[in-house]
Amino acid sequence: MTLADVKPGQHCTVVSFTDEFLKLKLMEMGCLPGEVVKVIRLAPPGDPMAVSVSNYVLAIRIYEAKTIVVEPLL
Amino acid sequence: MLFTEIKPAKSVRTVKVALVGNPNSGKSTLFNALTGLNQKTANFPGVTVEKRTGRCTLKNAAGESFHFDITDLPGTYSLYPKTPDERISFEVLCDPGNDDHPDMVVVIAEGTNLKRNLFLCSQIIDLKVPVILVINMMDMVNYKGIRIDFEGLAKELGVKIIPMVARKGIGVTELKQAMTETVPVPEHELIDVKRFAPDVVEGIMAEVNVKSRYAAFQIASNLELISWFRKKQYKKENIKKLISDFGFDAVQQQALETLERYKVITKFLKEHVKTEPVLNRPEWSSKLDSILTHRIWGYVIFLTVLFIIFQAIFSWAQYPMDFIDGWFASFGTWVHDVLPHGMLNDLIVNGILAGLAGIVIFIPQIALLFAFITVLEDTGYMARVSFIMDKLMRRYGLNGRSLIPLISGVACAVPAIMGTRTVQSWKQRIITIMVIPLMSCSARLPVYTLIISMIIPSSDVFGVLNLQGLVMMSLYVLGFVAAIAVASLMKFFVKQKERDFFIMELPLYRVPRWPDAAITVIDKVKVFLFDAGKIIIAISIVLWFLSSRGPGDNFTKLNDKIETLSSSGTDEETIAYLESQKLEHSYAGRIGHFIEPAIAPLGFDWKIGIALITSFAAREVVVGTMSTIYSAGNEAGTKRTVKDKMMAEINPATGKKRYDVATGWSLMLFYAFAMQCMSTLAVVKRETGDWKWPLIQLTYLSILAYLASFIVYSLLS
Repeated sequence: MTLADVKPGQHCTVVSFTDEFLKLKLMEMGCLPGEVVKVIRLAPPGDPMAVSVSNYVLAIRIYEAKTIVVEPLL
Repeated sequence: MLFTEIKPAKSVRTVKVALVGNPNSGKSTLFNALTGLNQKTANFPGVTVEKRTGRCTLKNAAGESFHFDITDLPGTYSLYPKTPDERISFEVLCDPGNDDHPDMVVVIAEGTNLKRNLFLCSQIIDLKVPVILVINMMDMVNYKGIRIDFEGLAKELGVKIIPMVARKGIGVTELKQAMTETVPVPEHELIDVKRFAPDVVEGIMAEVNVKSRYAAFQIASNLELISWFRKKQYKKENIKKLISDFGFDAVQQQALETLERYKVITKFLKEHVKTEPVLNRPEWSSKLDSILTHRIWGYVIFLTVLFIIFQAIFSWAQYPMDFIDGWFASFGTWVHDVLPHGMLNDLIVNGILAGLAGIVIFIPQIALLFAFITVLEDTGYMARVSFIMDKLMRRYGLNGRSLIPLISGVACAVPAIMGTRTVQSWKQRIITIMVIPLMSCSARLPVYTLIISMIIPSSDVFGVLNLQGLVMMSLYVLGFVAAIAVASLMKFFVKQKERDFFIMELPLYRVPRWPDAAITVIDKVKVFLFDAGKIIIAISIVLWFLSSRGPGDNFTKLNDKIETLSSSGTDEETIAYLESQKLEHSYAGRIGHFIEPAIAPLGFDWKIGIALITSFAAREVVVGTMSTIYSAGNEAGTKRTVKDKMMAEINPATGKKRYDVATGWSLMLFYAFAMQCMSTLAVVKRETGDWKWPLIQLTYLSILAYLASFIVYSLLS
């Protein structure tokens, strides 16, 4: 499951990344493995998405969200 | 000793300061608070990254003065150079040989998001440069119930901390005082990179002059991206060898570093920052987002904003522009009458003053557009525009932020191109700049109006629409469609060093800071006047020379004749005729004749050829040139005569009217596409920092214009 599969309003935990370049960018932005992420909303065309991470709002494109492996928060 | 009383002239120490922080951390506000209007903007050498520098002079407790030369480095989240902005920050901070390498760094961090903000700060601390940490937005910190133990945190980080509310000026005095005191190099490293790659770090430190192990580690990670080894290629080779010998994997090392840093920061924050959630405090940003990014309201609001901006630069700016125009016209007449007649007089009035007027006239539009853009950026709204428009625009190689400059291009390309600074991706910015001149700007209006009135009958279509109006509208649509089409094509050709990504913060909404907006507006006007202005004046003088001087005796005789006749009060009809003769014999006239064979396939003759040359100053000049060529005066109300004479003109090749439907359309399409505007050329040079881009633009637009005119003329004639 990747972040792109998470519905608005749902929470999940970051597990790992599948793209080496984006991984570094996302990690420096505070999107780290183990971090809890909440999907807030999608932009009206369905892409990009706005997520809440590490106490702020981050916008990322769907194809970028697909590189973030997550697991649902129990 | 006798001379002990005489002291050497008191020297003021100059300290180089770099201001560093995340985007949206209030860095510009702090920079403005420190330097006021005492700042200037340029580009960093070789790149299109804006460099703002300013000076602030302060006295310390002992009464000694210091000049602080402050460089406002671009907002970044880390030192890793993934974008041109980040590369600049990285090179300035890591390379002690860099011209802008600071003696002291002021890091500004947003207090409500310390975790992410301290990441960059911790990297800078490990570079072993003197650091002062400013924790900004303390009002929001208190609002959210966050309590920070500054003393404890300062001890952990090894730097001095200044709490601040930059918008209200709270904490600025304390920062100034701290700057005049001795700022020590942070005593300990927050993470020890030598643990990750001991041999490589040591090897690099032996090879190049860096201050810290962390800088050496950064060099190893980014060797291919940095430009300091251009003159010392052998050093780069040595380092390359080190990296491969010890199997240094940059991506893995950076990931390790990032994890380690966040681990350390999280530990510090756990100990020194406590949050007591405050109840009943609404989350304004989240509420505003649900309206401003709504699938209907989001776009309605954005369109309204676009419309207001467009109105402002299209119609409101007209009043000050008319005033500037009128003032220069009467000033020019006055100068013409006061100075002795002759070539110098002509140069000053029609070369230099005309050029100056052509520059100053842009100020109202530039000021208005930047007032809007700055306020929209400052409030956080621009990031939302990017968010809701990204999917649509990226298909065309553009960005949501490209739209405001693009639409402003309908008023004028010059402020629009300056406005592309708001587009962060370099590639999308270049594409936006390249297509803006295709938007039908207001200077094309007089050209379109004149030609439409000659070739399009003023008849009704479907009883309600006027055909002339429809043609005019279709020319605007054509410009927009062409811009989008060229952008979609160009996205395959413009190469980018860095990979494209969107990952972007949606900052909290803030009330705009008017003083900051005013400073930006003044700054942009200054940049335009002094940087682009030089080029415009130069081209203006060349064009004056071409159209008012000519080779051979004929020209001199004509010129003398006009001089004597006009002072003896001969009728205007004769003078106007002689003026047109003079233009024909000028250099511009010669060039017009010379290029006639090349433009004949478009249905143009040498007279239009002259107009093409003179209207390189600005498109609307075409109307004035036509008036002169067709020997009618320039005064208002006489345009009809020009038009009549133009309509009576016969094309000797066909025996039919020169300005028939085919030539008319050909001419309109030529002006729709050709880059007939020296100011645009100048401003593209200024904004891209290179002649390469304006020349590419000039070439592609000329080819496009020629082809479009050729095709339409062939089809219609």
